Amino acid sequence: MINLNYYPGCTLKTKAKNFEDSAIASMSALGIALIELPRWNCCGASYCLAEDDLIHQVAPVRNLIRVKSQESRVESQGEGDSRLQTPDSRLLKVVTLCPFCYNTLKRANLIVRNDPGKRDTLNSFMDEEIDYHGEVETVHLLEVLRDDVGWEAIAKKVKVPLEGLIVAPYYGCTLIRPREIAIDNVERPTVLHRLMETLGATVVDFPFATECCGSFQSVSNPELAAETAWNILTLAQRQGAEALVLSCPLCEYNLGFQQKLIRRRHGEFKGIPTPYFTQLLALALGLESCGFDRGYTDSRALLQSKGLLS
Amino acid sequence: MDKLGSSTKRALVIGGGIAGIQASLDIADAGYEVLLVEKTPSIGGHMLQYSEVFPTLDCPQCIGTPKMVEVGQHSNIRILAYSEVESVSGTIGDFTVRIRRRATHVDWDRCNGCGLCLQKCPVKVPSEYNCFLPFDNRGAIYIPFAQAVPNKPVIDAQTCRYFKYRRFMEEGEESKKPPECRICEKVCPLGVIDWEQQDEIVEEKVGAIVVAAGFDLMDKGEIGEFAEGRDIINGLEFERILCPSGPTAGVVMRPSDGIEPREVVFISCVGSRDPELGVPYCSRVCCMYLAKQALLYKHAVPDGQAYIFYMDQRTTGKGYEEFVRRAVEEYHVMYLRGRVSKIFRDGDRLRVQGADTLSGRRVDISCDLVVLGMAMMPSAGFKELARKLGIATDEYGFITEIHSKFRPMETSVPGIYVAGTAQGPRDIPDSVAMGSGVASKVLDLFSRDGVGSPL
Amino acid sequence: MRIELTPEKLHGSFVVKVEEISGQDLLSCYQCGKCSAGCPMSFAMDILPNQIIRLAQLGMEAEIAESKAIWLCATCITCIARCPRGCDLSRVIEALRLLTLRKNADAIEPSRIPAETLAELPQIALVSCFRKFTA
Repeated sequence: MINLNYYPGCTLKTKAKNFEDSAIASMSALGIALIELPRWNCCGASYCLAEDDLIHQVAPVRNLIRVKSQESRVESQGEGDSRLQTPDSRLLKVVTLCPFCYNTLKRANLIVRNDPGKRDTLNSFMDEEIDYHGEVETVHLLEVLRDDVGWEAIAKKVKVPLEGLIVAPYYGCTLIRPREIAIDNVERPTVLHRLMETLGATVVDFPFATECCGSFQSVSNPELAAETAWNILTLAQRQGAEALVLSCPLCEYNLGFQQKLIRRRHGEFKGIPTPYFTQLLALALGLESCGFDRGYTDSRALLQSKGLLS
Repeated sequence: MDKLGSSTKRALVIGGGIAGIQASLDIADAGYEVLLVEKTPSIGGHMLQYSEVFPTLDCPQCIGTPKMVEVGQHSNIRILAYSEVESVSGTIGDFTVRIRRRATHVDWDRCNGCGLCLQKCPVKVPSEYNCFLPFDNRGAIYIPFAQAVPNKPVIDAQTCRYFKYRRFMEEGEESKKPPECRICEKVCPLGVIDWEQQDEIVEEKVGAIVVAAGFDLMDKGEIGEFAEGRDIINGLEFERILCPSGPTAGVVMRPSDGIEPREVVFISCVGSRDPELGVPYCSRVCCMYLAKQALLYKHAVPDGQAYIFYMDQRTTGKGYEEFVRRAVEEYHVMYLRGRVSKIFRDGDRLRVQGADTLSGRRVDISCDLVVLGMAMMPSAGFKELARKLGIATDEYGFITEIHSKFRPMETSVPGIYVAGTAQGPRDIPDSVAMGSGVASKVLDLFSRDGVGSPL
Repeated sequence: MRIELTPEKLHGSFVVKVEEISGQDLLSCYQCGKCSAGCPMSFAMDILPNQIIRLAQLGMEAEIAESKAIWLCATCITCIARCPRGCDLSRVIEALRLLTLRKNADAIEPSRIPAETLAELPQIALVSCFRKFTA
């Protein structure tokens, strides 16, 4: 078993527990133990875009410092060998699952790496035991699956191929925008496609794979966010998808939970399940803890009809 | 002024497009010898691919072919088609040029261009001249188009069955043994097929070099937000579809399934004026050719609807602005002022998400065909040619002229001149004018007894 | 509506502040409208994203303050991913929002969010919303 630092973030401990549970179980089955960081704090969720505002970068950078100090603790205990390395051995790796956390940690790290003045201000303000210079590389779980585990290795572990299941992969925004931190091609990402194909599912061409779901506008303008979600969901259905595969808890709220609101606005709208990719991964790996009973939408009837779930 | 000895009063013109053709004819008419090197099997360039040309709607095959024939028959012009410059040495008045004559596998000196071989070749592959569009194919032995000069075939060894057979026998390259074929050889009445022909390097002396290497369009794949698909085509592809001698015989149909497009969206500045894609410059011709294509589409499909997304209308030539007004007022082409953010396939149609900044509205259009006015770039492989010639290019690969106002046709190397789109995007009249202009520079050089100081 | 343009307005403190906070050169935008064409929320905006920048270029602070568009941006960054000029509209909009928020004025009243919504919303939605819409 290889260990990998893991930053969960707030939502995965509450509303998206099924996302986290299915990810941890799947990775374990693939030989990677996700080791939760001690004393992590909220990443700030939405990256601050103001040039003159550094205070909102403190939260993400503190989390990166946690990774650095955790790593030095592990090294002093001589456990360094069993940890997943980055290609650049000087970098320390931390994996995220929530795309908002991924985005915020990754972009805050760019400030530390690219702006020495801001880096020094942040270090002196935080007054931690160690200074931080950008040594941590934040990666997303999809990158680990693609780059470290590999499609072939995953394919070998598949016990329940998702045969007959037709899915539309949906990336949302924060994993692939902006370009500097994208885990894949900004306009034509393939990682989720490849994962679903590896698990045996059929993937439809889905032009709205990177279209925004409305994001946090669902708090202040739920009707508008529901309208954007309706656009996305109905295109997926027209393309023949039976499920929309997600990678973000906020997308699941907007595209899953808000289907009730969409149905009120568009009477003809028929729902579509919105499982996380980790749930389908866990299912295909033959694991019990897929958490299909805890989603905003229910994928169970669909999966049962395909004989994938009893 | 220093005299550097006598010069070779013979010019090399690189590129057989309309600029190179004009330069060659003007130099040759004045009594000097011209070597015209063209990398494809025929001269003519992009202009010969076009449907009618703006703003007069002349047929380029009709007005271009006589010029091509004139070049072909001119006693002072020697065409080296299917050839490329290998290396250049020497200085103004005394260049030594090595030229690679690619193997055509047909003895052009003896071939009379009867075309029997073309009819019998069993291979069918998409043709370069038709931008690889469906509906029409060429054989492995082919003449790129009917009016080609020289009108002699070449064999494409990549797709020829006999060459495949030979590769199989020698290297086992193909998975199963291809037929030996050699049908062209059997039907040729003159026995001019030459399977053993090799590339040949010839060395020539010239006193002046004209670079008229032309342009290519940016690859559509660069625009990630526009879907890939057969019905999203570039302007050159649509020229072929509109062209009466094109693969559809001028019947407007979309490439995927041949249906007549009811709505067509044209998009200007795709790749051009886009510093994020590395092309901050304007390609100069798209405003006009898109207006022309929309108008020709309306000729072909009178009840169809054409939309043109544009940022600014740059119609600065004689008769150009009037032409665009005709497209709007007589043909009801709908101009939308804005860029397009995304194109995707929805069912069997395309969805175009654009903006019309004049009305301040987002506009979405369902259509059958999208034509992209892609950025003009230096022709493929031009960087390498510029390096061989030792001439300076700008950061985009176009030739840098020595003085943008007063010496627009002279490169950084004395005795090497530039004409046409190798210097930057320009249209046909400007390219022809530049071809004549550059000829006068060459003739000026040849009119002297020796060669003046390069500076 | 007729607007008097003056050099003071074009180069005034409003324009300077927006450029400082956003780190963007407002005049780098050439008004092609691609941001508006791809914006997932532009269907609901009273003025389009490209018009937001245009008004900022012209120093029209009051007109921007009156519009609802800057509060509809979901920071999805589609505009920048496709902007031919590399002008970061999400940063310009953030700067425009901050000019209001820094006057200690909230754009959303948390107590008005229905309890049922609060119970279901993921934390990242709430935190993001408060970060973008409250002082």
